Amino acid sequence: MSATRTLTTEPETRRATRPSTPQSEKSRRVRGKVFLYVAMSLFGIVFLFPLVFMFVSSLKPDAQILQDVDSPMAFLPVGDISLDNYFGVFDRVPVAQFMFNSILVTVLTVGLGLIVNSMAGFALSRLAWKGRIVVLAVIIATLIVPFETIAVPMVYWVAQLPTLVIEGGVLKYDFGWLNTYEVQIVPFIANAFSIFLFTQYFSTIPKSLDEAARIDGASWFTIYRRILVPLSGPAFATVAILTFLPAWNQYLWPLMVVQKEELRPVMVGMQYFFQLNTAWGEVMAYTSLITLPVLIVFLIFQRAFVSSIAASGVKG
Amino acid sequence: MTVTPPTVAAEEPRRALRRFRSIKGRQTWAGLGMIAPAGILLVLFLIVPVILAFTLSFTNARLISPNPPRFVGFDNFIRAFTADPVFIQSVGNTAVFALVVVPVQAALGLLLAVLVNRRMRGVTAFRVIFFIPVVTSIVVVSILWKFMYQQDGLINAMIDALTFGLWSGADWLNDPSTALGAIIFMSIWQAVGFHMIIWLSGLQTIPEELYEAARMDGASPWRQFTNVTWPGLRPTMVFVLVTITIAALGLFVQIDVMTQGGPEGSTSTIVFHAVRKGYEQQEIGYAAAISLIFFVAVLVIALIQRRLTREKD
Repeated sequence: MSATRTLTTEPETRRATRPSTPQSEKSRRVRGKVFLYVAMSLFGIVFLFPLVFMFVSSLKPDAQILQDVDSPMAFLPVGDISLDNYFGVFDRVPVAQFMFNSILVTVLTVGLGLIVNSMAGFALSRLAWKGRIVVLAVIIATLIVPFETIAVPMVYWVAQLPTLVIEGGVLKYDFGWLNTYEVQIVPFIANAFSIFLFTQYFSTIPKSLDEAARIDGASWFTIYRRILVPLSGPAFATVAILTFLPAWNQYLWPLMVVQKEELRPVMVGMQYFFQLNTAWGEVMAYTSLITLPVLIVFLIFQRAFVSSIAASGVKG
Repeated sequence: MTVTPPTVAAEEPRRALRRFRSIKGRQTWAGLGMIAPAGILLVLFLIVPVILAFTLSFTNARLISPNPPRFVGFDNFIRAFTADPVFIQSVGNTAVFALVVVPVQAALGLLLAVLVNRRMRGVTAFRVIFFIPVVTSIVVVSILWKFMYQQDGLINAMIDALTFGLWSGADWLNDPSTALGAIIFMSIWQAVGFHMIIWLSGLQTIPEELYEAARMDGASPWRQFTNVTWPGLRPTMVFVLVTITIAALGLFVQIDVMTQGGPEGSTSTIVFHAVRKGYEQQEIGYAAAISLIFFVAVLVIALIQRRLTREKD
């Protein structure tokens, strides 16, 4: 996880050491800088214009969106601006329910994942036990299985798993996880890549800490809970960020296993908007609504996001 | 989950107890206990589905069916390669997508990383801007671009304005000759910021002294790039290529949201075809066979890439 550190240190300015007159040197540097800013701004426009268009269009009636497309007005909140599209969205779909479902699924997947995967990382990096090397090798090997390849067989599999249901106050068991919250959460809690990152991070913390605690009679779980967890903030942040985005963005899986409207997450809710005449203003309002929370979280924790991604690359 | 080798039955409990009391034994129990939750979940939701994909692919299993699955040998695989033209077309489309996206996205990511790898006012803001599409859901991105790609949409209006009316664009997603290209462009737009960050962290592991030494020798910026930067980026390059390739081969959401594989199958991909067969048409055995072919292909390509990039060292 050295990248976390290297990324935040800014690269040194590169001073030219070639002999040249101060004036031409200075003007060359200014020209270089201007060129860089122009290049970065052009790329910036390319990356931003679709999202600006989305947010701006969400405030306009459909007819005006189509009319403004031919002019720079497409990117400006001018004309017949209102929140009507947003009210329309709330009329058409249970946005609050979808949001609640997505937040619940995301929070539980990320939160339980942090606990379960960090415990596994502790076992793999701090404890000497039989089979440790084999288990670590199997976990690393599973990293290459793309989810898409097992998605369809997994539908077949979860449809047969036992589940507990309360029927008339009596606890019974039944089969089939389709149309539940757990089917959206449980399969994604344990994550080979998260375990790998925790294992890596924990092995950088001196083992002498454990030994001292052992002498004082601490159990292994206490060592994990009281020593390793408090010292591993950056690892927890990295894993939380890397598991947050896929959990919020889940699409293929809930599409297949959740048919009940009241259990569906925000991304699948999208489907309600595509009927004969798509109301694009409302679509833009809905996509703006489900993008804004993530965007705000990203802008607040921008530095942590970037270093998490960087950390995933260097060691992966 | 016993760790003791099988012995005389009476001996067993005592031995286990002794082991439990020994330091090493206690670490074993603690280790197994702490890995158990993750271990059980990984077995249930990763290893079992992998085995299931493998076994189902040799059967005629259906998603909901009164009859138990029947063993059909290699029928599914033979069918994929000889009797399913859409599958062949999907393989071709996936290959084209990966062959374009992998080099272009890797190179563009590196270009952006080099641009923002300096200490200048406002550079951090540009890094954030280039990264924003990455945190935007691909579902949202696909819908947004579907709207912009319409015949009377924003993209064509912009093309028209930028070429001063010489070219008014195309009906991007409804024309078999442009649909895949349009999806390729959008996919690179969405994901390139991610690889910019990976490249950037690679760039920052190269010691500044190497650049200073090169400059002392009078190396031009381009020479500095080819002789210092590029060799220093080899480990990063392997990671970038492998991750882009795996992601590109798994192309699904964009297709599902934007084109449903059309027009005329010109955007159908392997994963999209597998989901359509297995989920929508309930032929789970056949879909498992396609998934298995896909998995083997991903594995082989990743191994070849590793080998190729490693040999040069």
